[in-house]
Amino acid sequence: MKILILGAGTVGSTAAESLSEENEITVVDLNGRHLRELQDRLDIRTVEGHASHPRVLDKAGAADADILVALTDSDEVNMIACQIAYSLYRTPVRIARIRAAEYTSRQELFTTKTIPVDTIISPEQLVTEHIEQLIHYPGAHQVLDFADGRVRLVGVMAKSGGPLIGQELRELRRHIPHTDARVAAIYRRSAIAPVGNEDPTYETILPEGDTVIRPNDLVFFLAARKDIRVMMSELLKLEHPARSIIIAGGGHIGFELARRLENTNRVKVIERDYDRARYISERLKHAVVLTGDAVDEDLLMEENIDKVDVFCALTSAEEANILSSFLAKRMGASRVIALINRPSYAKLVEDQYVDIAVSPQDITLSALLAKVRGMRLDVGQVHALRSGAAEAIEAVAHGDKKTSRVVGKTIENVPLPRGTTIGAIVRGDEVLMAHHDTEIRSEDHVILFLTDRSQIPAVEKLFQVSVTYT
Amino acid sequence: MNGLVVLRILGLLLALFSITMLPPAVVSWIYNDGAWLPFVQAFFIIAGAGLALFLPLRHHRAELRIRDGFLVVAGFWVVLGFAGSVPLLLIEIPIMSFTDAVFESVSGFTTTGATVLVGLDTLPHSLLWYRQQTQWFGGMGIIVLAVAILPVLGVGGMQLYRAETPGPMKDTKLTPRITETAKALWITYFGLTVICAVSYRLAGMNWFDAICHAFSSIATAGFSTHDASFGHFNSPMLEWLASLFMLLGATSFALHFYAMRRLLPDIKVQVHGGRPRFAWPHRRKISVLGAIRGYTSDPEFRAFMVIQATLIAIIAAYLAVRGHHTPGESLTKAVFQSVSVGTTTGFTSANFSAWPGALPVLLILASFIGGCAGSTAGGMKVLRWLLIFKQGWREMVRLLHPNAVIPVRLGERAVPTRVAEAVWGFFSVYVVVFCIMMAAMMFIGLDQVTAFSSVAATLNNLGPGLGEVSSTFGTVPDAAKWVGIIGMILGRLEIFTLLVLLTPEFWRR
Repeated sequence: MKILILGAGTVGSTAAESLSEENEITVVDLNGRHLRELQDRLDIRTVEGHASHPRVLDKAGAADADILVALTDSDEVNMIACQIAYSLYRTPVRIARIRAAEYTSRQELFTTKTIPVDTIISPEQLVTEHIEQLIHYPGAHQVLDFADGRVRLVGVMAKSGGPLIGQELRELRRHIPHTDARVAAIYRRSAIAPVGNEDPTYETILPEGDTVIRPNDLVFFLAARKDIRVMMSELLKLEHPARSIIIAGGGHIGFELARRLENTNRVKVIERDYDRARYISERLKHAVVLTGDAVDEDLLMEENIDKVDVFCALTSAEEANILSSFLAKRMGASRVIALINRPSYAKLVEDQYVDIAVSPQDITLSALLAKVRGMRLDVGQVHALRSGAAEAIEAVAHGDKKTSRVVGKTIENVPLPRGTTIGAIVRGDEVLMAHHDTEIRSEDHVILFLTDRSQIPAVEKLFQVSVTYT
Repeated sequence: MNGLVVLRILGLLLALFSITMLPPAVVSWIYNDGAWLPFVQAFFIIAGAGLALFLPLRHHRAELRIRDGFLVVAGFWVVLGFAGSVPLLLIEIPIMSFTDAVFESVSGFTTTGATVLVGLDTLPHSLLWYRQQTQWFGGMGIIVLAVAILPVLGVGGMQLYRAETPGPMKDTKLTPRITETAKALWITYFGLTVICAVSYRLAGMNWFDAICHAFSSIATAGFSTHDASFGHFNSPMLEWLASLFMLLGATSFALHFYAMRRLLPDIKVQVHGGRPRFAWPHRRKISVLGAIRGYTSDPEFRAFMVIQATLIAIIAAYLAVRGHHTPGESLTKAVFQSVSVGTTTGFTSANFSAWPGALPVLLILASFIGGCAGSTAGGMKVLRWLLIFKQGWREMVRLLHPNAVIPVRLGERAVPTRVAEAVWGFFSVYVVVFCIMMAAMMFIGLDQVTAFSSVAATLNNLGPGLGEVSSTFGTVPDAAKWVGIIGMILGRLEIFTLLVLLTPEFWRR
């Protein structure tokens, strides 16, 4: 596929890197030096120039591109670039990053007759949703939706105290007889600590009936929405659902999160700027808005930081987020979530001072990759797990017994590529956990896990409908 | 620096190159000229050498760095010169010395077209074909071909591509993937060659001559299958046709590629429900006018045309005024000869070194300009001269308006200072190299005219010179031939790729 990426910022360059193996990538940016560095590293074409100018788009091959991804800093440039690519070159798929809620809240703006953006990627909204789910499922590291949220994939760090820890997986059925969940993958930190300050190495385990879960394993499981809490309680001593929440930083994300949570939780927002604090307080019904500094010990003490269930550091300054989380944790907050973009910082503080580091860049990137790969595969969703080490794919089975390699087969007979497992099947509104004798029917949504990303084309092939196949 | 990876790629390239020994063997079989054995022997020798390097190292993979790229390209061109001489040494007629064989082979691959052979008309067809074929492969570059068809090179392909293709701006790719870009170039090149060969056939050559001269014209190389070169055919029609194709060969292949895309419909094969269907998305419009505008709006191409037109006008007028030829003949000869020398091809249809006045030297000087960047032509390239000229012009404007901010423009866009600096760097190194080589030639014993023109003929990849080397290099001393060999490789790789290996900086870690 030919993909045109506008903007070589962090998300743009990382997207180019992740996609360049399977696709033909062209990157447009104003900064020539940046582009040269990128081109030295990757087999891509770069064009220097203003991303929305027709001449630049023409030079970058917009007439041939299958997908246009607009990721410049400016919402307006992104929108107008999609408009121009559509008007002049009929680029079939146009994805744009649009930050301002003023635009994203008006869906009617984005039709082919008005502003022709097919898919909007809104980092603030994605991050807010992500944090909301983390608060909703205490202990979860990653929560991903499939089939419009009917099935969820949850990543949990197993802790001693959970009933299933130290037991074989086949015991699961006896533990919770009425719920159906499936462990999809386990990441185990290797016993030998790496030398120096390198990342801890993880080994990937594809679960079998006799696999034993140990404490500190990162376990990904798949379950229907209603069963998630039951399943989580098997893996760690479940905390009571979060009641009181302090949000440090009343920017877009902090404000939006407070708005979503204020009806069900006790929410306090700490915002330094008085005018901003006033502005959001006028728009929040139940949440308490405080002006002050999130690293002010007296303020935190006064607001009973030691009784707080979740402390979220959501300002735009990541250093300040780290410091305020550290302080809150030391003063007794039970869980701390912080926005940290730089991977090196996240590695430094995660598990010690911060319970979960949320990276807006990672979230934006994986959402973007999910969309692009989804277009390629004609499937619903592609999610990257653990920063891209593994992927979860929702593919739709089409055709019938004659034309498809999967339809009409039981799961044990599907010729899956190496390192791939089927986790669940969604048939209409029904969610079926995968068992070896489950039969796949036409139009089923099949949820698969890949521990090796290079197998994506093989999965793609598997789900293709062909006449010649006998 | 990763020596083993470099050796592995060199081995692979040699093995690839060995395949080019087979077409001459086939030609030998068709014409039954009895010279097939040397080519088959050469095939096994070169393939053996290549595989001996490649097979032990085939699992030795690593990313090519910038330095490795230079080493591979420069190393391969040197090795290529020697490998290409193997069949020439093995062949029985004519008997060639080692120096002569290497000179002939390097002259072919670098698209120079300077020869040491005489009596071409009596030589076996297979040998004549082989000479023409070396030029054709050297024109677009065997390394570019390797990048196109060997997927193993990966991102490293870009390093190799950059070190082999001529021109001051090498980062522009025609397509996002380097292999696709290389493929596009070779397809365009191949297409032009086919058109050229068919045109020559229709204009009266036999198939053998037509194909051989098509190889030579599009590669702007200059070898011929006859001693009298294009003079042998004595056909104004062929001379005009050849001029056209030499001009096309000396035009940037990126322009040809874009024009081709404007002219050919964008038909895709799509598989829907298992059934292959031809789809024509109608997203790119076909327009002949657009294709022509692609050429005319390119500043380098325009400058190239102006230079050629001026040169032709001067030569035609002078020849007619001096009564050297009739006015009609003057025009034909002026067009053919100035295009042939101006594009650094080096075909001859008249003995231009005996032309009156400044014409011979004027022609040699034109070869310093050469063709467009990204073409098969040699010389310093029109684009560089254009930038130098524009900077000179800017200095004059600056004298009148000391405070003016004057960017150097190329078309609508200002040229980055980096590129302008690089052009000056290239210019000065070119002049220095030229002077050193000319002095060397004179020390060896050539007279001044011969020394000057032989260095110009080799460094610019032109071919024929003046004086002693006006038709063949056969009579100059061996030492002068080796200087010429170095000059040809320097010229083909635009000096820096080879020169950079001689700097201590390159070998320092």
